[in-house]
Amino acid sequence: MTATIQSPRSGKPSSGKPGSGKIQPKYRRTGGSKGNFEMLAWLFMRLSGVVLVVLIFGHLTVNLLVGEGIHAIDFGFVAGKWADPFWQFWDLAMLWLAMLHGTNGVRTIINDYAEKDATRLWLKIVLYAATTVIIILGTLVIFTFNPCPVANGVQLPGGFCPAP
Amino acid sequence: MWSWVGHRITGVVIFFFLLVHVLDTSLVRVSPEAYTAVIGAYKNPLMALGETGLVAAIVFHAFNGLRIIAVDFWKKGAKYQRQMLWTVLGLWVVVMVGFSIRHLSLALGGH
Repeated sequence: MTATIQSPRSGKPSSGKPGSGKIQPKYRRTGGSKGNFEMLAWLFMRLSGVVLVVLIFGHLTVNLLVGEGIHAIDFGFVAGKWADPFWQFWDLAMLWLAMLHGTNGVRTIINDYAEKDATRLWLKIVLYAATTVIIILGTLVIFTFNPCPVANGVQLPGGFCPAP
Repeated sequence: MWSWVGHRITGVVIFFFLLVHVLDTSLVRVSPEAYTAVIGAYKNPLMALGETGLVAAIVFHAFNGLRIIAVDFWKKGAKYQRQMLWTVLGLWVVVMVGFSIRHLSLALGGH
């Protein structure tokens, strides 16, 4: 009985031609059209992971553990935080790093468990579409946030508007 | 092996919550009342348990992730991976006991 081992679905196998001087193992660590994308993705998971531990533990402490905790969270709480560029940048960094870290993690899981080429393709199309929408939406929300929203010339209740 | 399974499962759970969390936070651009109403859903007792579960997933993923980094980059990482797993689980219990007491007493304690 012979066992066949599938080549990795991440990255592209190299095709060293005979006499080219290139070795022809199927599992070369570099090469192929993707270059060293998989190695960079591996490194990104570790670097972003360390930063995310700090960002998310800080986020949870400030939002859930300090003062009244979750009861303090409402529109005014968000307005108070985003009045400070420090928290805008904090949340922006958290959004981008967490989304890219999570997307790469789910990409790995799709590569591992979806056996059919077409299934993997479609799952990844859905994944990347969702990632793109969420990152763009979140970034716009952080930078276009208005503590005093107005609809049809009327101030919406609950907003924080300067005294006229 | 089981830490690897746990890392994958917690990772997927956190990712899906993240998608929802960006969407609920985006309601601040709809209206103050819409945001405050939806955030209000996070403040009921059942959700407090859900939040505690989510934080349990995050804390495990964070500590085990740091362990993976130590295994990959620290010279003696592979040798001590088992001890580090017990450290991860020990720290996870300590942090979660502390978090649960604080968060559940705030969330369930009435206001």
